[in-house]
Amino acid sequence: MSQANNSLSLANPHPANFNGKQKLGLAITGLGLLSFFMAWAGAGNQQPLVFLLITLIGFFGGGIIFTIGSYGNLPAGIKNNRVVFSSLTSRGAIAWIAGVVLTGFYIMLYWRSFWKELFGTDLFLGLVNMFNPLSEMLRNNPADQWFVYGTLYTIAILVMGFKFIYKYRHNRYQMLRTTSVMFFQLGFAWLLPGIMKALYNYEPYLTYFWPLDYDAIFPSTLSYFQKQGAFGMFFIFWGLVMTFIATPILTYFFGKRWYCSWVCGCGGLAETAGDPFRHLSDKSLKAWKIERWMIHSILAAIIIISVLLLVDNAFKNQLLGESAKNIAKGYSFVIGMVFSGVVGVGFYPIMGSRVWCRFGCPMAAYMGIIQRFKSRFRITTNGAQCISCGNCSTYCEMGIDVRAYAQKGQNIVRASCVGCGVCSAVCPRGVLNLENGSDNLKRTEILFSSNDLKILS
Amino acid sequence: MHIVIIGNGITGITAARTIRKQSNHDITVISGETDYFFSRTALMYVYMGHMKFKDTQPYENWFWEKNRIKLKKAWVQNIITESKSIVFDNGEQISYDKLLIASGAKSNKFGWPGQDLYGVQGLYSFQDLELLEKNTANGINRAVIVGGGLIGIEMAEMLHSRHFPVTLLVRESSFWNNILPKQESQLVTQHIRDLGFDLRLNETLKEIKGDAKGNVSSIITGSGEEIACQIVGLTAGVSPNIDFLKDSGITIDKGIIINANMQTNISDVFAAGDCAQFQQALPDRHPIEQVWYTGKIQGETAAFNILGQQQTYNPGYWFNSAKFLEIEYQTYGTVLNVLREGESEFYWESDNHQKCLHVVYRQSDHLFIGINIFGIRMRHELFNKWLIEKQNVEHVLAHLRVANFDPEFSRVYETEIIDAWNKLNPTHQIQLKTKSAFSKLIFGS
Repeated sequence: MSQANNSLSLANPHPANFNGKQKLGLAITGLGLLSFFMAWAGAGNQQPLVFLLITLIGFFGGGIIFTIGSYGNLPAGIKNNRVVFSSLTSRGAIAWIAGVVLTGFYIMLYWRSFWKELFGTDLFLGLVNMFNPLSEMLRNNPADQWFVYGTLYTIAILVMGFKFIYKYRHNRYQMLRTTSVMFFQLGFAWLLPGIMKALYNYEPYLTYFWPLDYDAIFPSTLSYFQKQGAFGMFFIFWGLVMTFIATPILTYFFGKRWYCSWVCGCGGLAETAGDPFRHLSDKSLKAWKIERWMIHSILAAIIIISVLLLVDNAFKNQLLGESAKNIAKGYSFVIGMVFSGVVGVGFYPIMGSRVWCRFGCPMAAYMGIIQRFKSRFRITTNGAQCISCGNCSTYCEMGIDVRAYAQKGQNIVRASCVGCGVCSAVCPRGVLNLENGSDNLKRTEILFSSNDLKILS
Repeated sequence: MHIVIIGNGITGITAARTIRKQSNHDITVISGETDYFFSRTALMYVYMGHMKFKDTQPYENWFWEKNRIKLKKAWVQNIITESKSIVFDNGEQISYDKLLIASGAKSNKFGWPGQDLYGVQGLYSFQDLELLEKNTANGINRAVIVGGGLIGIEMAEMLHSRHFPVTLLVRESSFWNNILPKQESQLVTQHIRDLGFDLRLNETLKEIKGDAKGNVSSIITGSGEEIACQIVGLTAGVSPNIDFLKDSGITIDKGIIINANMQTNISDVFAAGDCAQFQQALPDRHPIEQVWYTGKIQGETAAFNILGQQQTYNPGYWFNSAKFLEIEYQTYGTVLNVLREGESEFYWESDNHQKCLHVVYRQSDHLFIGINIFGIRMRHELFNKWLIEKQNVEHVLAHLRVANFDPEFSRVYETEIIDAWNKLNPTHQIQLKTKSAFSKLIFGS
């Protein structure tokens, strides 16, 4: 197709015509942002509560009004009009700006103390202070940059989750699982750690387990929790049960979706704030090859590192000495910070919403192996109804070429599938369905054959 | 052996892939339309901004070379069957040992005055999509679409997605009621109007008027009304694209005449897909079938016959699907717009008029003949099985929940449907076969 890439131009040939409600929503969000930046610039030190309230009202109120403006007048159904024309959602100028800002924000936050030393002043003081009233109320402690990050993260999931639910209001599966990720983020990744901080001065995250929570079984973590008494022992026990017993069982029955698109916070953000970017994932065979190498290498790395550290600990640190710390730090920096933090979120507008989940997450790799070889979960294909239109592949955030299977009448059993169900939702012919079937069904069996007809692609 | 295929649509490509899987012959696929195979059914999504054109291509570009399928971009001008050669519009020639013509179709034009003005177009090919982009690039005030079929409603949806007002002229008294029974047709008609389209029933096109530059400026309807518009969509069906065969000696009628082995009157020349016309239509089927999956099956059948493995066209029981704006439609077996002699029917519609189910069965023994479903997804595999097994309508309805293919947690309507049946048929009561919610959650369906 000989067509210039319009999306890189700000003079878009398909201009978005925002309606009144959408403009009002954007204006209120803008007000929230203004308040956010004023607080950051210093106003947060003097009047934290006022600026915090304006910011929250701006983000929540603006988001809700914008959503109603966007979808309220449309009939329930799939709403992907203009997705590939919009600069933000088609790697246009706005997408690149958003990517750089998100990435930059995380890097700035991560190295807060480094910048403080470098510039002689704390760049985040006003912003962190604005969140003090909230932090004091919830955690009985002053805010730090990670409380700010966690709160913004939770707000993003809640506001964009509302938008997602309203967008998919014709589809109960989508509504339920989105409500679920919003619940787990708010309850288990924000409220509970905050309350625990107030009561016991540490912050447990009950929905993160090894190997995603990579240091959960590091000797340093285990000894830290042991010192916390009964609660600490419970958290160790909980983590081990979830990793080694609950995860395989749940994944066997439901596929990895029970976690990735119903519980996980990384998945939660990807499914809500990341939804407008899901089609940007690379569907090529090459990308699939890279994915398999990368994600399994990272799983292997964290297993080896964890075992090494535990063995080293059993030998009273005689094997590794100082390098034990460096190995842990190295993984934490490269995978925990750069990959899951910076690339995982910052690159949404460029590489799609599930870059971390697809290429990096060791938990996803672990469950993927179970899902691929021993699980009842699959996406079934409805006979020969597929018209190869490609909506399913396009909107697969994990970059699975769903169509390649659907047009052959094959069931889809792929390690990477997080069971978001959007392929099924966007299919115009009712071809795809997520099911927990019996596991004796051959994975790639061609299900449909009528008389001597062989459907192939 | 050199096998040449004219047309890189679903039929030609299915044939090429089948031949490659079965043999090592040289394969050349010719198309003037595009470099690579794409899904014609997805053109609408490109215009609406759901996908980029690249996303409509089911195979990556490296696929063809890897599978040794040679692609040639050119328009065929003539076929000289005596010397087994193909002449392109630039004068170039290539020769073949066996030839498959899968050249598709083109939009019908019925000789309306003004039908060649700028802004008058159909929607079938990639070029049509490009033309529509060009024709609407600067915005339009109104589009008029002539013809109430599947392409008509798709084109209306496309233009609607860009906020262009659309008027639909439909010859029938209710949308697509030459295919759909009146209940379904009314449901779709209402849905189209609910979504803000100006749907004119019992209305035809008399004339298209243009301005001094040759652009469309308005149309005159059969009832004499003038409607100002800048686009006229001609979607009153498609017909085989076979003009280039006029002097070839290949027998043509509306389409290229073929037997059940996909052979034309000329040896080593085969035809399949939208351009082909069976000399003898199969029971309950049209001699020209222009549906995605029949194109696939015909391409595959042609491939086997080209390779000398005799196979007759056997598409099995009829099925199809479509989407009317927001409402999905599936059909299995035969449901005609009016009941045939000896047929009975059962119709159910949801309270919000967005979903319905229409079953047709034989009056005498309740043999299941066919079903239309709107707004509920059903399993093709099961309905096909029931048709083969010659099950009765009670068996089919009793197993509706097993056949349900809607996403998990969707609202189910089977109980409501069975209650409606039982009320109407006190002597043929049905008990719905269900699985407990728990076992469905754990073991699936």
